[in-house]
Formats: sequence, C-alpha cells, structure tokens
Amino acid sequence: MAHEATEETGAGEAHGAHESHASTGFYWMIAAVLFVITAVEVAVFYIPALSPVLVPALLTLSAAKFALVVMFFMHLRFDSPIFTGLFLAGLVLATLMVGALVILYHLLPDLQT
Amino acid sequence: MADATAAALHADDHHYTATGLPSWKVGFWTFLGSECLFFGTLISTYMVYKGSSVQGPYPHEILNIPLTSVSTFVLLMSSLAMVLALDGVRRGSKKLAVTWLAVVIVFGSIFLGFQVYEFSHFVHEGLTIPRNVFGSSFFVLTGFHGAHVTVGVVWMTTLLVLALRGRLPPSKALSVEIAGLYWHFVDIVWIVIFTLIYLIQ
Repeated sequence: MAHEATEETGAGEAHGAHESHASTGFYWMIAAVLFVITAVEVAVFYIPALSPVLVPALLTLSAAKFALVVMFFMHLRFDSPIFTGLFLAGLVLATLMVGALVILYHLLPDLQT
Repeated sequence: MADATAAALHADDHHYTATGLPSWKVGFWTFLGSECLFFGTLISTYMVYKGSSVQGPYPHEILNIPLTSVSTFVLLMSSLAMVLALDGVRRGSKKLAVTWLAVVIVFGSIFLGFQVYEFSHFVHEGLTIPRNVFGSSFFVLTGFHGAHVTVGVVWMTTLLVLALRGRLPPSKALSVEIAGLYWHFVDIVWIVIFTLIYLIQ
C-alpha cells in the first residue's frame, strides 16, 4: 500500500506511539474508492436482475466501506493494535447482538415464546 | 538533562498511559467501542421490528434513495475533509487546517439539512414516532445519529475558531485527531444505517 511512513516525532515517538499517516494523495484515492462503492451499492439496489444477491452484495460492499474508513481515515491500519482491540471489542459484541436478534426474530420465529 | 527530556516528553501537553499511548486516545477508542454497542442496540431494535408495522407508511413507500445517496456521499466526503484538516494541523499549515475544517462543518451541516428535510417530509406524509413501529425505530435510530452529527459540527466549529486564532499548532494535533475519530465514527455508523435501513428494505 503506497503511503508515506511519516512517523510521529517528538513526544509521541518518545512515548512509543506506533502511528504513521498516509499522504494526502492516498486519502483522496480512498475517498474515490468510497465514492465508487457507494455508486455500486445504489446501482445494485436499482438493478432487478441482482435482487437474488441484493442482501449479500450490499452487506459486502458496506463492510468494505466500513473497513476502509476505519483502517485508513481512522488510522487503525497504522496505529497501535491496542486501539484496534478496544474498538473491535465493542464492534464484535454489537455485531453478534444484531445477528443473534435477527436470527431469533426473523429466521427462527418459532422459538419465540 | 533529565529535566529537558521530561519537558520534551510532555511538550504536547498530553498524558500517556503505561503502554506509551496517549490516555485521551485510549479513552476515546474505548468510548467508540461503547458507542458501537449503543448504535448496535438501536439497529437491533429496528431490525427486530422490521416488517411488523400494521399500518403505513411503510419503508418502501417513503424512503427516498436518490436523496439519501447524495447525503451519504456528502458525509463520506466530509470524512476526507476531516483527515485532510488533521494533515494540515500536523504540517503546521493554518490555511489547510482552516479550509478543511470549514469544509467538514459545511458538509456536516448539509447532511443535517438533508435529514431535517427528510424528517419534515416524512411527518408531512403521516410518518411520526407513534404512527407505527417503523416510525418509532426509524426516527429514534436516525435521530440519535443526527444528534451525534450535530455534536460533531459544534466540535468542529470550536476547532475552527481555535485554528483561526492560531491556537492549533502541530503539538495540538492529538486534539484534532480525537475529534476526527468521532467524526469518522458517525460516518461509519451512517454507512451501516444506509445499507440496513435504506437499501435493504
């Protein structure tokens, strides 16, 4: 991945921060990719032939956008893994909760009491 | 010598944890993890009650995909502006910082304008919070997201004022980075909302 390894200097470096950040050109490229993915999402929504794969396609595209923003705009790709762990703890729990409730109420409705 | 080293270590006015990471940043990422659960509960509620409304308006009758696609694009581009503002602060460029922070505020305000228009249109069409479960769960979820965007716009405005007064030097980049983390978070929440509520009807 083309990015400048511009390590933090000064106090941050002295304290062992792992952060580096990408070039502005790289950020523009990520924004362009996000724009294209959003356009594809909307196109998938309007194309009737894609309706059988609508849900998995949209979930995949949405996950890709989510990952791009978190990794590059929020710098988790270049930052300390401790931050990734803190964020993923909440994110994984939230995803499991949404998934479990959707399965319980929509896919296994007979189990409801 | 020891005093000089200590002064250099604390030149940015931030406290550091035993891990060597800034305490503000560790705390804020923990907060964002908890925010995932907060929005997870709201999204869960919407998904559980999806398709349960016994009276309209229903989602497919009222959701405006072209309009929301534009507002989604605006919010995504505000994230780009945010990361460029942080880059400007890190470079010590007041001009870049002020310009891109202003763009974030404008784009955030445009997004909120779209939301106000959408909400007023829905109310005009008969969709209110007590109307049906779709209205209840939709307004609560997107309303809380809009409230987060509003807080973000206010936060960015304070940073813009500081930048205009020349009080955002590179040593204050962490403050801008934390504000940026918040802004990007409301962006990724909207990415999920746009897909689950608007596109998967």
